Amino acid sequence: MEPSTQAGMRPGGGEPGCGHTIDPEFAGLPLRELAAAALQRARELGAEHADFRAERIRGQEIGLSDGHLETLVDADELGLAVRVVLNGTWGFAAAVDLTTQAAVRAAEEAIDVARVAAAMNTERIELAAEPGYGDVSWVSAYDQDPFSVSVGEKLALLSGWSEQLLASPVIDHVDASLVQVRECKFYADGATTALQQRVRLHPVLTAVAVEPSGRFETMRTLAPPAGRGYEYMTGSGWDFEAELARLPELLAEKLAAPAVQAGRYDLVIHPSNLWLVIHESIGHATELDRVLGYEAAYAGTSFASLDKLGSLQYGSPAMRVTGDRTVPHGLSTVGYDDEGVAAQSWDLISGGVLRGYQLDRRIAQLTGFGRSNGCAFADSPGHMPIQRMANVSLQPGQDGPGTDELIAGVTNGIYIEGDKSWSIDMQRYNFQFTGQRFYKITNGRLDGQLRDVAYQATTTDFWNSMEAVGGPQTYVLGGAFNCGKGQPGQVAPVSHGCPTALMRGVRVLNTAEEGA
Amino acid sequence: MSRRDARPANTSPASTSPATKGLQSTGPQEMVERALAAARSGDCIVIADESSTANLRWAGNTLTTNGVARSRQLTVIAINRRAAGTSVGVVSRAGVRDDQVEDVVRAAEQAAADGSPAEDAEPLLGPDDDAVRKIPGLARWDDPVASTEIGVFSGFAADLGGAFEAAQGAGRRLYGYAEHSLNGTFLGTSTGLRLRHDQPSGKVELNAKSADLARSAWAGVGTRDFTDVDVGSLDAGLEQRLSWAQRKVDLPAGRYETLLPPGAVADLLVYMYWSAGAKDALDGRSVFSKPGGGTRVGERLSGLPLTLYSDPALPGLACSPFAVAHASRRDASVFDNGLGLQRTDWIRNGELAALLQTRHTAELSGLPVTPGIDNLALAGPPGSTASLEDMVARTERGLLLTCLWYIREVDPQTLLLTGLTRDGIYLVENGEVSGAVNNFRFNESPVGMLGRLAEVGAAVPALPREWGDYFTRCAMPPVRVEGFNMSSVSQAS
Repeated sequence: MEPSTQAGMRPGGGEPGCGHTIDPEFAGLPLRELAAAALQRARELGAEHADFRAERIRGQEIGLSDGHLETLVDADELGLAVRVVLNGTWGFAAAVDLTTQAAVRAAEEAIDVARVAAAMNTERIELAAEPGYGDVSWVSAYDQDPFSVSVGEKLALLSGWSEQLLASPVIDHVDASLVQVRECKFYADGATTALQQRVRLHPVLTAVAVEPSGRFETMRTLAPPAGRGYEYMTGSGWDFEAELARLPELLAEKLAAPAVQAGRYDLVIHPSNLWLVIHESIGHATELDRVLGYEAAYAGTSFASLDKLGSLQYGSPAMRVTGDRTVPHGLSTVGYDDEGVAAQSWDLISGGVLRGYQLDRRIAQLTGFGRSNGCAFADSPGHMPIQRMANVSLQPGQDGPGTDELIAGVTNGIYIEGDKSWSIDMQRYNFQFTGQRFYKITNGRLDGQLRDVAYQATTTDFWNSMEAVGGPQTYVLGGAFNCGKGQPGQVAPVSHGCPTALMRGVRVLNTAEEGA
Repeated sequence: MSRRDARPANTSPASTSPATKGLQSTGPQEMVERALAAARSGDCIVIADESSTANLRWAGNTLTTNGVARSRQLTVIAINRRAAGTSVGVVSRAGVRDDQVEDVVRAAEQAAADGSPAEDAEPLLGPDDDAVRKIPGLARWDDPVASTEIGVFSGFAADLGGAFEAAQGAGRRLYGYAEHSLNGTFLGTSTGLRLRHDQPSGKVELNAKSADLARSAWAGVGTRDFTDVDVGSLDAGLEQRLSWAQRKVDLPAGRYETLLPPGAVADLLVYMYWSAGAKDALDGRSVFSKPGGGTRVGERLSGLPLTLYSDPALPGLACSPFAVAHASRRDASVFDNGLGLQRTDWIRNGELAALLQTRHTAELSGLPVTPGIDNLALAGPPGSTASLEDMVARTERGLLLTCLWYIREVDPQTLLLTGLTRDGIYLVENGEVSGAVNNFRFNESPVGMLGRLAEVGAAVPALPREWGDYFTRCAMPPVRVEGFNMSSVSQAS
């Protein structure tokens, strides 16, 4: 079996090296020696499969309240893990000391765990085959490592932005935060040895306005988290200056906005809101492990069951959704996943019909897909890889309309920007979302903001009501740092790209009435 | 975990796999001392966290994933007191080796030097402060560090295997998760504090489904050592609930009299507790803000004389008796590390009595210092002895929930939350369960709900299903709520 990437291309959207070397402190550890010792011990003890991971995850969180530093934390996690299959049963163990002794002990513990677990295992674990790639490395696409920038420079930028907002008479409080991650992973299974590094960051500013009556409103920047470096803060990939300049006026309008009248409306949804609907109602619904029930007691299952593959009319014919781990700056973009599978791109939905799922090696083998599409991920060296979300994105129409054209096609509707509250049931049918800004649409034109808006729908009703998708000019890559799944709980970063889209006849609630 | 339940650790063949020199670390106590000794800043706080976990997960009557893991984290909080103000630098690093301890200290000091002044700055606490001297029940600093291992499940795993067999034979499928952890926290300061807390935690979640997956029931319990987990009893309860669901009743969205079991009450009130920060209230941006300024402390939230409280010494739900803050946030301050915690009533006799406070926000609000505590309990009026079964028996017509799921905040002004019912919602008629009802999406505020409680039962240990990854120590009663807002029907089963 050949990997899906073309010869000569590096999977995962990273530039070859991007001019960056992998964190020398991590790359300089005796990773190959540790892996060799652990894998050898696992084989001696009878494992039919063994893989080794070592990870270093650096994180920095900065939080300001009204321009004053509130939180400043640097975190640095380092550890190793050994995963085995022994007599058809998983075993997993992790350790923090990067010594050959600890690596060997982890292998032995993983074997021990598999032996204890065998008494309760009735499904033999087998993994889909994957080519060996030899000794490879990969670095994500970014210009400036955020950890190369001084804390002082970051604080100056964030406090300056905070003061700019606080200068407005509308704004009473400002929260500013910046989370940055540099993730280094080393994977070895005997056929592939992959050393990788990726960088991501998420800046957020939230303005708060409090009226004497006690009523308050907030408005947050729409800048999504990105698989970029510090250049994102200074104008590459997002125009923060322009967004911050508009925020006071937008918040003032929101404070003065009339309450929405509950009912059914046509919705024009900007990517800054729609990405989250994609995440919840498509991303999670097409994870085959949860479709099969492996998340049934926790995250839930999915209505998009395997028997509906190729026939479920998920949405309107305008709907094409891809899964990929290759898009540049995507938060789920990698070179190789945590099972040594090369990054790929594939259709989940085309012509509105369910066409595929997200897979790891175990699930791919169990269900006859033959090959994993590379969705295994562990959020730390202490956790076992599970199937996690690829970048799941709604594709724009090739010559699709702009946002203004979509709005022009609505007589009585609402235009939505920014995400806020979200919730969906455990089979991914019933969802409810709110947003940052809601504008009334009257006869094809925006007619001022509304407040107290939430929309509710059932997944397939919603996507089948999608009359049109915007063109590439409306496409934005959104996403989140903190997608949760699994027990023990794991968080994963993931991106979702989409254009603006038009939905007809969606139920809209007045949240004040809901809470009365 | 009881050590006698744990299997002895494997001995590694060190003779054939020599350790790599220089990459090992010492115990947490010594690490704290090393870091404090290396500190150049005037004030320094060091926290070493030593954790071990073991877990089992299963689905469809078979084990799926499992694992054991250990972690060790060193957090150095350097404090730079200078004329322009006091600044703080925090560096946390996992898996720190002996030769890296000084690097972590220097990095924290550099961060403090780079940082701007901290608004929550206070003097550090010392061993002679009243707030520290009176802390009861402290663990001994020098005792060895215990760890959990996969063997903690040996008895439980055997029972679970039996339950799988029984379920298979009865056409049921079992899903779920068991986790045990031991976390040791070692807090040292340059002012001489040496405080330690060992926290055992555990939980079991068991979900049973009919073979066609159309019926589902869930039960969960918290545990400190797995010796008190009765798999057979949990499974029997689920079997009964699946039998209730043999009859299906379709109900429309609407407001219903609803019985919430203790776990569901915990999920709603834990979120309210997390939202009870004094800083947000003072800033006018929370449900506990007073219009025009100040907080709602002293206002009546419920017509019933309820008491919502936390207590580090709560029997069976004990937690750290001193404050531990790895970083300052809106409701926590690194300067409060080591502050002794006592029982705190958040709501007393139905009135809001306290908010989550640091020493800094207490000065701003003029209210007592009441830091967050890692457990939560609700007590009904005196004489609240009813069980959930008693309350079902005296229900003419209402809904009985199992648990709530995907709870998210819709409106902070009223603390309106949304979410779903899950794994069993039943219609009660004339004192008996008459069938299973379709699931609903709810939109409700726990603050508003407190004002519509018609009955409160006896508090029992309760596992909040939604927030159980973060908060497991709760004692809650079942409650009867008038007009619980089921906003729409969910097709999920």
